[in-house]
Amino acid sequence: MGAWQSYRLRLQRKRWRIRAFRKRRELRAIADRTAQIRPGDILVFSTLRNERVRLPYFLKYYRDMGVNHFLMVDNDSTDGSADYLAEQPDVSVWHTTQSYKRARFGVDWLNWLQWQHAHGHWTLVVDPDELFLYPFCDTRPLRALTDWLDASSIKSFSAMLLDMYPKGRLNDQPYAAGQDPLEIASWFDSGNYTITKNKRFGNLWIQGGPRARVFFPDQPERAPALNKIPLVKWDRRYAYVSSTHMLLPRGLNLVYDEWGGEKASGVLLHTKFLSTFTGKAQEELERGQHYSGSVEYKAYAATLEENPELWCKWSEKFINWRQLEILGLMSKGNWA
Amino acid sequence: MSSNVGIVMLVHTALGRAEQVARHWARAGCPVVIHADRKVPRATWRAFRKSLADLPELRFITRHRCEWGTWGIVSASQEAAEVMLRDFPDVRHVYLASGSCLPLRPVQELADYLAERPRTDFIESATTHEVPWTVGGLDEERFTLRFPFAWKRHRYLFDRYVALQRRLGLRRRMPNGIVPHMGSQWWCLTRQTLSAILEDPERPAYDRFFRQVWIPDESYFQTLARLYSTNIESRSLTLSKFDFQGKPHIFYDDHLQLLRRSDCFVARKIWPHADRLYEAFLGDNAGIARQTEPNPGKIDRIFAKAVDRRTKGRAGLYMHSRFPNEDWENGMTSGQYSVFEGFAELFEDWESWLARATGARVHGHLYAPERAEFAGGQRVINGALSDSAGLRDMNPRAFLTNLIWNTRGERQIFQFGPADNQAISWSIAKDPNAQISVVSGAWAVPLFKSNRNFAELRREAALLQKVEHKHLDILRSPWVKARIRIWSMAEFVEAPMEPLQAIIDEIGSRQLRRLAEAPKLTELDGFGQFLQNLKNQGMHPYLMGDFPADRGLARPMPAGRRPYLVK
Repeated sequence: MGAWQSYRLRLQRKRWRIRAFRKRRELRAIADRTAQIRPGDILVFSTLRNERVRLPYFLKYYRDMGVNHFLMVDNDSTDGSADYLAEQPDVSVWHTTQSYKRARFGVDWLNWLQWQHAHGHWTLVVDPDELFLYPFCDTRPLRALTDWLDASSIKSFSAMLLDMYPKGRLNDQPYAAGQDPLEIASWFDSGNYTITKNKRFGNLWIQGGPRARVFFPDQPERAPALNKIPLVKWDRRYAYVSSTHMLLPRGLNLVYDEWGGEKASGVLLHTKFLSTFTGKAQEELERGQHYSGSVEYKAYAATLEENPELWCKWSEKFINWRQLEILGLMSKGNWA
Repeated sequence: MSSNVGIVMLVHTALGRAEQVARHWARAGCPVVIHADRKVPRATWRAFRKSLADLPELRFITRHRCEWGTWGIVSASQEAAEVMLRDFPDVRHVYLASGSCLPLRPVQELADYLAERPRTDFIESATTHEVPWTVGGLDEERFTLRFPFAWKRHRYLFDRYVALQRRLGLRRRMPNGIVPHMGSQWWCLTRQTLSAILEDPERPAYDRFFRQVWIPDESYFQTLARLYSTNIESRSLTLSKFDFQGKPHIFYDDHLQLLRRSDCFVARKIWPHADRLYEAFLGDNAGIARQTEPNPGKIDRIFAKAVDRRTKGRAGLYMHSRFPNEDWENGMTSGQYSVFEGFAELFEDWESWLARATGARVHGHLYAPERAEFAGGQRVINGALSDSAGLRDMNPRAFLTNLIWNTRGERQIFQFGPADNQAISWSIAKDPNAQISVVSGAWAVPLFKSNRNFAELRREAALLQKVEHKHLDILRSPWVKARIRIWSMAEFVEAPMEPLQAIIDEIGSRQLRRLAEAPKLTELDGFGQFLQNLKNQGMHPYLMGDFPADRGLARPMPAGRRPYLVK
């Protein structure tokens, strides 16, 4: 990469930071407990809208993993999500009524909060329907991973988004608050992902899975991206560019090995496809606040009316991280 | 009850754990001398000293700055060892350990083990040019160059200065002609050897030399022990494995059983929050003293595998943390597969025959324009791979690597031809796992049998011939790594069984006998004339080879009879 290109990326990074700075006014603190954050704490950042039913399990899952503090942006929920979060002792909540789309799908808000609160911390940026899974997560806390990453001088950690879905129609099994969503959405596609490299930012672009298979077989290039880099040792000069798909400076995107080896990596189990999904898809379609003219939700709406079954004969049932490791969806790398 | 083993402990972080371990050693009667890095904040250091103040046989020495890879660690070890030898005259062996070391067996077992070997020095020590351990390219140069800059803090200066010395051809001479040795920095030396090293009149010269050696803690004692020891066991009693970047592997709670069964005396490095390990090994483990030798084989294998995974990875896997550059894949696909071109057109029921003959999974044309023709007409196959042409054609290469990865352990076979998506040609041609067999020109057979207007046939034949010609050019290029066999159709139909047998043998089917049943050649009566007609129309079909028009049926056997084979 030439000096000119590198300079342009630097400008771009500054632009995203200025944008995040400007968007700070859109956030109003409801519960600011950031004074509790101690050096070395692991932080979770998240944006949400109407996810009250998912929150109890979400918080429990990450607390058990060893996350110390949650910083959440509530985008004008009407189901009491904000109040629920404000009651939690380890959660700081901000509220906004502004456009999700114009905050570049929440990235600007989180970039600002991370800039303010995450400097020098390991940060995990996840949606409420994403469950992070890393090698040895059943026997070692998240801090074991971040300590190891620190010792190995690794600053960012990749986790592919793995779409989980139930067997049968989406509405068949209602989801209750506090329940493990994987009890219902326990199936996934194990081997139909395609990867291309984004030369400009150095990140990988991954597509595939049930969404490509069922909703986008005829226009696969429009299928949603599944590459994510959610775990980063944050520095206030960093910025997410597009969701957690890529970051600047671009060195943080090199979470993969190019010479045949495997770097350690995890998976984000994406439990979007629950009974709550149909209603949500309808609402999001009306709001039109999602990526690329909400093309994804339009495709869902069209297909969901017919037969919303994502399960097929070759779907795999989720067991644990070791299963995903054997299937090649994540890797231990040299962590043993 | 002073023991015959003295412990020198170097600590720099997780002082709480270090305190626990120091107490454990002391409880068993071992004198302990502790050195802490100067980087430890003074308040923490004071609290640490205070917490251990009740132990009579424990000493602290002046703190040095111990930067990784520099002299500080050696000088701390020297000073601590001197204190140990001076203050505890009963000590026969001195064991160098760190704050993140954990004794795995009762201390008494270690004491007994050493008491049985009163003259043995346990120190890993090998000459530099005989071991490939070093990581980062510096082995002999560790001794012949000077390293005044710390690698961790002044990487740039470090590298530039090394480059400069190389360019100028600067070399240092070993003092007194000593032979440099290297090995694990965790040793256990006898009083005799250690005092000989420390009291050597030449020591100032050696110290001066090693002060500017790169990572002297892995070479100072390792080299000098060779001068004085009467009996060196070149291994470390501390289990400590290094990964490919040269940093130690870390042990966690889930390694408990593994560590138990290793029978090693001390392990390093333990994650400070591994509560279960500390509880298990520092508790009252007054078991029956075992007489076993340390046996770290299983742990070695696990860590060796981890390094392998990191450096070589799994062949044929493409994922978000393994995306090799082209030609760096260690194998484009994860297993062997076969591609047949023209056979399905030439033989009747070819696919089912092939499946019977090989026991492999035989697909149709996977790259057909409408859909991927999976075996058995399935719409989705292993790994939830879809037959959609759109998904496949977005990344034809990933489609193939996914298929082969998803069906690991079962050989895949598919048909290919000029009507299919040609984007995959180069990938299979360059893949050593591919076995490609081509009967060129066989695409004309379906045209010959179809009931279409000749003008249309002619146009299509011209197109297919052009496409197959290009494909064959690729298969004949010098970059090819696949096993490729090409026959012209005329050549092949003369004697089809011999080449078939060779291909099937190479696939290594379940039966290693001769083929019992031959596939049935399709009727070719009038095919020669068909080709002649094309020629007469100005389209020259040449990929089939020489099919004489008059012979028509280019078959050695009379029609209607089943061909059979001689066993």
